[in-house]
Amino acid sequence: MKRYSAFAIAREALRHHTGWERAWRSPEPKAKYDVIIVGAGGHGLATAYYLGKNFGITNVAVIEKGWLGGGNTGRNTTIIRSNYLQDPSAAIYEKSRSLYETLSQDLNYNIMFSPRGVLMLAQTQHEIRGYKRTAHANALQGVPTEWIGPGKVKEICPIIELNGPRYPVLGGLWQARGGTARHDAVAWGYARACSDMGMDIIQKCEVTNVRTERGKVVGVDTTKGAIDCDKLGGVVAGHSSVLAEMAGFRLPMESVALQALVSEPIKPAMDIVVMANTVHGYLSQSDKGEMVIGGGTDAYNNYTQRGSFHHAEETVRALIETFPMLSRLKMLRQWGGIVDVTGDRSPMLTKTPVEGMFMNCGWGTGGFKAIPGSGWAMAELMAKGESPLTDEFSMWRFKEGKFIDESVAAGVAH
Amino acid sequence: MLILDCPCCGVSGEETEFHAGGEAHLKRHSVGSTDDQFEEYLFMRENPHGVHLERWRHNNGCGKWFHAARCTTTLEVFGTYSAQTYEPPQEIKDAISARRPGWSWRNFS
Repeated sequence: MKRYSAFAIAREALRHHTGWERAWRSPEPKAKYDVIIVGAGGHGLATAYYLGKNFGITNVAVIEKGWLGGGNTGRNTTIIRSNYLQDPSAAIYEKSRSLYETLSQDLNYNIMFSPRGVLMLAQTQHEIRGYKRTAHANALQGVPTEWIGPGKVKEICPIIELNGPRYPVLGGLWQARGGTARHDAVAWGYARACSDMGMDIIQKCEVTNVRTERGKVVGVDTTKGAIDCDKLGGVVAGHSSVLAEMAGFRLPMESVALQALVSEPIKPAMDIVVMANTVHGYLSQSDKGEMVIGGGTDAYNNYTQRGSFHHAEETVRALIETFPMLSRLKMLRQWGGIVDVTGDRSPMLTKTPVEGMFMNCGWGTGGFKAIPGSGWAMAELMAKGESPLTDEFSMWRFKEGKFIDESVAAGVAH
Repeated sequence: MLILDCPCCGVSGEETEFHAGGEAHLKRHSVGSTDDQFEEYLFMRENPHGVHLERWRHNNGCGKWFHAARCTTTLEVFGTYSAQTYEPPQEIKDAISARRPGWSWRNFS
């Protein structure tokens, strides 16, 4: 792999850009791999990358039904933060956020990480108490966040209206080291690094069956033929229940549609990320100038990657009270993704009833921020059989009642 | 946008008139049930790719609960039926079979 650098740009400029290589190979599948990862989204590719980088396991295939990064990795609002309430969440999300800080250098691929700061608005008395509690919890966890009053909110976000008639802004939880990144670049950067280590990324190849012998996984059947493996990692987000059914077990999760939309591009107006959980909306401005808006999920099971119109309408209607200038903007595009929601709104990084098969799922409405940390932890779990980061995230915690309850801490915008 | 027919009051309405209530025909085991049965009732879900049976409430209408048969991959509604039953009536099963031959959902088909 040729490294990307300022020198490379100058070199290619002088020869009409004829020397750029493809970022990753597109090989045909081999008959057998040590590890197969199903799903070439951010989490799947990150899992493969850290298997190679941290554990030297490079005989790996990443199988993808559609195209690389075309699921939720390409459909989110790119928010990165780690201000969670519970200790196991803070550990994995903060690991992830800290990996994002040096990911561009690590991958030699500019993921455009922008630690512009994330502000979660408190618009009810309940939220004030909740976020103060989270700020205290974060202090104990070593995650720098702070509670700020309305004056400071207006200072760092001048376009905000503090005195909305229904939902006045009473303060907020501020994480200065949170921010955004270029979502596609995260998937592409990991894919390029994985391919460089000799891993096979096989796109347009759908898994149709998981083969087991005496309770142990031996391989998968795909639309490109049967492929054997010693270990199998399922990292397929909204389709996790479908993959689990192929392997003969069920998961405590449901798949629902979550949507986002962007406005026409405007001049720079807001240089932070704002989340307003009371009204189910979150907002940031992309480098192109579009206001990127996310809302709540639909309430019913859905695999269509389309959301209901009335949810987008509710989100925008609520946000324009706090951001009156949005009422003048036209909305350009709207899209949906299928998110995998668990009972306690926390993920599952877990062994399964099938020996040798692992699942990394249940990230629900907030998976993008977790990509590097999730891959790091899942790789350790698959290579060593345990990881301090995944101990609490087993799929059996629901039977034991050992929840990692983030539904209160995270609200809807997660 | 989904359009559902409330079998309780007979009104046909858009989904904003209703509230989705999750998977139907969950069995709540009684005294002496095991941890597995309780986990099953509280958390384990079919989450099917295709035909699904689920609960809805006519929130902005008669307020009654009912069941719907729906496809999660096309959002097609096959029919709605009373919640006072342990399994979908034959006409609902027939309506699903007409559109999705060979369907199954838990023990129903």
